Amino acid sequence: MTVMIDTGNYIAAKAAVMARPAVVPAYPITPQTTLVEGIANYVKTGEFKGEYICVESEHSAMCACIGASAAGVRTFTGTSSHGLLLMHEMLHWAALARLPIVMCNINRVIGPGWNIWTDENDSISQRDTGWIQFYCSSNQEIFDTVIQSFKLAENKKVLLPVMINYNAFILSHTSMPVYIPEQKEIDDFLQKYKPQWKLDVNNPITFGNIILPVDYEKIRKDMQNSQENAKKLIPEIAKEWKKKFGRYHGDLIEEYKCDGADHILLAMGAIGAESKVSINNLRKEGLKIGLARVRTFRPFPNEEILKLGKQADLIVIDRNISIGSEGALFSEVKASLYGKSDTKVHGFIAGLGGKDVTYNDIETICRKVVEGKAKDCEWYGFEGGGK
Amino acid sequence: MAIKNLPVEECMIPGSAACPGCPATMALRIVFKALGKNTIMVVPACCTAVIESLYPNTSFDVPVMNIAFEAAAAGASGVEAALRQQGKGDTTVVAGAGDGGTYDIGIQALSGALERQTNFIYICYNNQIYSNTGIQRSGATPYAAWTTTTVGGKTEFRKEMGEIIQAHHIPYAAQACVSYPEDLYNKLKKAKSIKGPKYLEIMAPCPPGWRFGMEKTVDMGIMAVETGAWALYECENDVVTFNGKSKLILEEKIQRKPIEEWIKQQGRFGHLFKPKKDVTRIKTIEDHTDQIWKRYRKKYL
Repeated sequence: MTVMIDTGNYIAAKAAVMARPAVVPAYPITPQTTLVEGIANYVKTGEFKGEYICVESEHSAMCACIGASAAGVRTFTGTSSHGLLLMHEMLHWAALARLPIVMCNINRVIGPGWNIWTDENDSISQRDTGWIQFYCSSNQEIFDTVIQSFKLAENKKVLLPVMINYNAFILSHTSMPVYIPEQKEIDDFLQKYKPQWKLDVNNPITFGNIILPVDYEKIRKDMQNSQENAKKLIPEIAKEWKKKFGRYHGDLIEEYKCDGADHILLAMGAIGAESKVSINNLRKEGLKIGLARVRTFRPFPNEEILKLGKQADLIVIDRNISIGSEGALFSEVKASLYGKSDTKVHGFIAGLGGKDVTYNDIETICRKVVEGKAKDCEWYGFEGGGK
Repeated sequence: MAIKNLPVEECMIPGSAACPGCPATMALRIVFKALGKNTIMVVPACCTAVIESLYPNTSFDVPVMNIAFEAAAAGASGVEAALRQQGKGDTTVVAGAGDGGTYDIGIQALSGALERQTNFIYICYNNQIYSNTGIQRSGATPYAAWTTTTVGGKTEFRKEMGEIIQAHHIPYAAQACVSYPEDLYNKLKKAKSIKGPKYLEIMAPCPPGWRFGMEKTVDMGIMAVETGAWALYECENDVVTFNGKSKLILEEKIQRKPIEEWIKQQGRFGHLFKPKKDVTRIKTIEDHTDQIWKRYRKKYL
């Protein structure tokens, strides 16, 4: 094991190459660029022995991933923001074609106006594509999740693509020390890819042709079942990783100081990491508060959240908004509780457009709820002229 | 290669859902004969996605990956790289798209794959319309042709895709026509023997789209070539060689037949003849065709 001090993107590149994909089609977009540059550099050093295809768009990147994966090899790519949106059609395609592609998405704001800072509207708007979605809160978690994601995606009970999300600049361009296992250890954990099916001239099958409603519905049901299967496999894989490497970032959620808490904060990504500092400070003040960092938005941790909802009132911070409704995490948390718990849930929209959300901000949000001063749903720290 | 000497092996097997008289089906039969069973096909949204039949059946005896409309060339890039990574670089990867998926929505992915020197054959069967979706205008639709989105006849000329492809300077590009199966077969065999990106466009007269009888597909293709509405040629490493009747037309050893003879047999141009003859637009088509051949002579003779 070695320690590598580097940015989230270079760590993701390292993890991707250590997973030994055979094909990496990618197109550059800020702030993902250093991820693909990292992989291009591994091509030059010989550490990456697969093929890096410099495609002419993100749409083609995902198409080439689909082609490569369908032809039977492990496939990886990375994108961000508008790139992810351009892929949208093919995200659905990859999932419906049941291809275990793994992709990093660096959460970045959508234009106009042009803005390269972070919020999560890019990936949240892809939530219905069938992809499993992780949200990471440290570079170590990025490394570990990339490797684990191949194992998850390729499991025959899942066979769905996985999107590993992490925040622009806060993680993508920030250096942190990361423990890197030896290649042999990774190879032992992540066996050589054996596809369940592939394009094979000795077994000529037509994939994806016209399908009638009865059979199409079966595909959708099977995808749903597979996401349910992933709920069981994500903790299993995380525990296997913990046993081998001693590191654990949680299952579908990461609980932090939830024991005896009467308020529990839910957040994703970098805000989830920042929240730990806030929880420590608030605990020192005597508040009985804990954190549940949501690691997977798909599959959604309904059961875990219901359990927490039966214990405590919930505070949800969303770095996204479903315009015309509310924060996506807020909505889904409430849906998890509906009819089963009447716990109070408070939603906050914070950090859109890449605005900082510091531990002070998170503490302010939590205090406001604990003191009974919070509305059901509000925008935190809104600095505009209007309401 | 005479027709009687073409391989008897068929990868276009019974069960196709094609329309009667379908030129794409005829072309695919020759494609498979030329490329053989060690072939993987990538099919975007187009008539072929229908021709291949409904799940769980197939009318193709080679592996097929269906992919989105604009995605054939990019999908093929991934397939080709993955095969090479598995030591199966000898398998021919072929993308088979219509003119809509090639001239219009798929041109970016196609251009990208050609520029990247992807080792594959891209086949465009050109029926000059979005036929699969019910006869809408494409960038390949000729001037004055009726489609459901150019109800009074198209007001623009078609793109010259061959010249766009030539600008990529790929090792092999060719234009063929479904009415000349030996020529098509030979071009496919040549494409298969060359490493790198290959582009082959096949003129494919579509009975329901062009509004002619299903028994006339072959005749309509022959007329397209003889009137100069379509040219047969190969482009190998930037050297363009016309062949068949197109060579004779280029070298002015024969006169191309008037376009009118071709279009008057197609219902899609019916408005140019009834209720009264639209001399102006017919002349516009003839003049434009002359201009194209003048340009060909200047460039290629």
